[in-house]
Amino acid sequence: MADTKVKALSPEKFEFVNMNTRLTDVKFDDKPIGYFKDAWIRFRKSKAAVVATGIIILIFLFSITAPLFTKNPATFMDTYYAKKGPYINGLREHGIANGAVNRDFSEIGLIAKVAIGMGAEDWEGTGKVTLEEGMASEHQPMISISDPYIQIDATKKEKKYYHGQINAYAEVGFIYKSVEQEEFKRMQEWEKETGLHLLYPLIEDNNYTPDKSDANYWFKCKKYQPIYINEKGKAKNVEYAPGMVLEDNYKRDAEGNAIKWEYTGGGSFDTAHIKVRVLYRNYFIYKNNFEPQYLFGTDSQGYDLMLRLAGGLRLSLLLAVCVSVINFILGAFYGSIEGFYGGWIDLFMERVSDILQGVPFIIVATLFQIHLATKVGAVPCLLFAYILNGWIGIAYRVRTQFYRFKKQEFVLAAKTLGARDMRLIWKHIFPNSLGTIVTSTALIIPSVIFSESMLSYLGIVKLGSATTTSLGTLLADASAIWTNYPHLMILPALFISLLMISFNLFGNGLRDAFNPSLRNVED
Amino acid sequence: MLKYVIKRLVLMLFTLFIIIMMTFILVHMLPREMPLEKNLQAVIQQRWEALGYNKPVLTQFWIYLKNIFTKWDFGTSWYIAPRKGAWEVLENGFLPTLLVNLYSMILAVPVGIALGVYAAIRKNKWDDSLISTLVMVFISVPSYVYAFLVQYFLYFKLGWLPLQMYSLADAGGSYFTWKMFTSMIPPVLALSFGSIAHYTRFVRAELTESLTSEYMLLARTKGLTRAQATARHALKNAMVPVLPSILSEFIGLLSGSLIIEQIFSIPGVGQLYIKSLNLFDYDVFMIDCVFYTFIGLLAGIVLDLSYGFIDPRIRMGER
Repeated sequence: MADTKVKALSPEKFEFVNMNTRLTDVKFDDKPIGYFKDAWIRFRKSKAAVVATGIIILIFLFSITAPLFTKNPATFMDTYYAKKGPYINGLREHGIANGAVNRDFSEIGLIAKVAIGMGAEDWEGTGKVTLEEGMASEHQPMISISDPYIQIDATKKEKKYYHGQINAYAEVGFIYKSVEQEEFKRMQEWEKETGLHLLYPLIEDNNYTPDKSDANYWFKCKKYQPIYINEKGKAKNVEYAPGMVLEDNYKRDAEGNAIKWEYTGGGSFDTAHIKVRVLYRNYFIYKNNFEPQYLFGTDSQGYDLMLRLAGGLRLSLLLAVCVSVINFILGAFYGSIEGFYGGWIDLFMERVSDILQGVPFIIVATLFQIHLATKVGAVPCLLFAYILNGWIGIAYRVRTQFYRFKKQEFVLAAKTLGARDMRLIWKHIFPNSLGTIVTSTALIIPSVIFSESMLSYLGIVKLGSATTTSLGTLLADASAIWTNYPHLMILPALFISLLMISFNLFGNGLRDAFNPSLRNVED
Repeated sequence: MLKYVIKRLVLMLFTLFIIIMMTFILVHMLPREMPLEKNLQAVIQQRWEALGYNKPVLTQFWIYLKNIFTKWDFGTSWYIAPRKGAWEVLENGFLPTLLVNLYSMILAVPVGIALGVYAAIRKNKWDDSLISTLVMVFISVPSYVYAFLVQYFLYFKLGWLPLQMYSLADAGGSYFTWKMFTSMIPPVLALSFGSIAHYTRFVRAELTESLTSEYMLLARTKGLTRAQATARHALKNAMVPVLPSILSEFIGLLSGSLIIEQIFSIPGVGQLYIKSLNLFDYDVFMIDCVFYTFIGLLAGIVLDLSYGFIDPRIRMGER
């Protein structure tokens, strides 16, 4: 059989292929895949780790670029607009970021709020603004009002209640200000230039004023109950109804014109301060030259929450990265020396790290804070505390790797060729432990972020100043009041949770990439 | 074994001694302030002289140690509970801390192990990936976030449970009344989420490893069903590292969680730490530090030793 097939091919059909060329090894077209490249390929395959990396990058970018999204300066603070929700002009018309708070109002309460908008339309002090005109005002705090519902109160009286949405920013309404005469002139000029109304009529100080310090009660009240005086000279309660007009209680001169300013006591006639009643939103614009706009709202002290969050995130990330890098270096040195030399050096160094490891972190952090915080600042203290015994885990891993590799043939070969100790350590043995320690270094980051927020939450580390803050401080500030102002708690908690989850996923991705044999195995 | 245990204990005492000394020196370098009350001032002056506060720090430390060993006297609280012994003050914090953490452990360990076993058996199926994803989320989210969530839903939304733990007087003078128990549920829940996730991850990892071992193949070949082999062989081996960690965590329970105790105002050891720090009650602060260190070291030793008891082949910390 075989013979017949061979016969079918005639020798002329054969041809020499490489008659004139020299055969050599062909150079590979693709690049060699090293340990790190291999790890990178594996890392890319893990979807969760890649998404987590993306989120980390986004949060990092947010923490750096947040000041670009707002006109508010970094340390800008406004106590009147503290604890308010998100408020952005462009989005306000679409019903988002309008500073809205849901609340229930009694009839009196509702009139008091609606009156702010009515008063804002009445800069002349005519007292003839109707409810409808007031509702159309851009300074009207009420965003929506439901139909009334009846509830029976403790004294068994039927009372009308309204459910409504209120703009927490406009709710501030009017305030009294005592200004210098120079500034008063500037205010008047500013009014003329911009066409915005800043100065409003002062309120008469009489029995109809329920609260002398509250500039929002410009209408006649009897113990907060709005009233009007009928033809017989008797006080009647005002009811909330279409076409409602409130009877004003403005200060008027002899001709009946509303007075917008008066001298307050102190100093001579030239230096005496002037008392004025200003609409706060416009006063804000007058004072700062930009409108109040807060993408994430304001924090419990009146800072822009977005800037505070970004600052806190920046601090957390910076601290975490510093700690992990320093611990990486310290641990690598310590573990290498321990593992390479062994013997009594190892024994001694191991005792030292044993003792250090026994010190609870919380105590270290506390003692550093109370001893050094005033001298070097709270953040460096925190850094010291993390570094004191944070490197031990890494040193331990490095040491184990050194014990594994130092007796192997490639090390012996290098030694025979005359390599010195330092070269053996860094060039030959240490790179073998890189995979494990890179992973544990990455996992230091979330633990630092968590414990930093915990320490600042507990007040052991005090980080709440105009320039620095921490997510833990923000949470601590919010902890007593967050049920009324949920955004104060939700946003920092959300960011920190997101950051923790992402870093943990990232660390796990790294571990799987560097040690595929350890996949899904926790250590 | 005995030699090994003794060696570890001696090392632990040595470490403890050094840490106490360092903490003592650092705490006693802090400036001390007198309370405003006149009568108290005289008492304190007397007491401080007896403790050698005008002598060098090391002499003070010697007196401190002597008092501990001869009279079990850790100093006196001047602010938190005036004139009471520091030990007494700390002792009062044990029970609430222990109870809250114990309840949380009673909830978390069985649930965590059950979920972990389930996830391992259903490895790479949809329910396993669901559990693993949730575990990742629950492990990462800080415990205080759970605390706020629990407070929000169980107190503000539903109104089932109180916002904070009742004081002893409110709950009828005992930590074991029903009223006290209900008020402990929120902190217990807040603590449990994280530790359930922790146990689930741990058990799942261990069990998947032993499920793929060769002895499992042998067990199946000799005729055991999958369930039998899992229960008799894989589960037993998977528990070798899990049980010691439960045991050491049980020791660690006593130190409690600072932040949870603060949020739910549990009058425990953790709150005492913050309180003594804020009020500059140094003797109480000192004993709290000693206590934390001791518990931490003890938990470590128990972890290492219990490996040996559960699986005699293992000797942790030996080469």
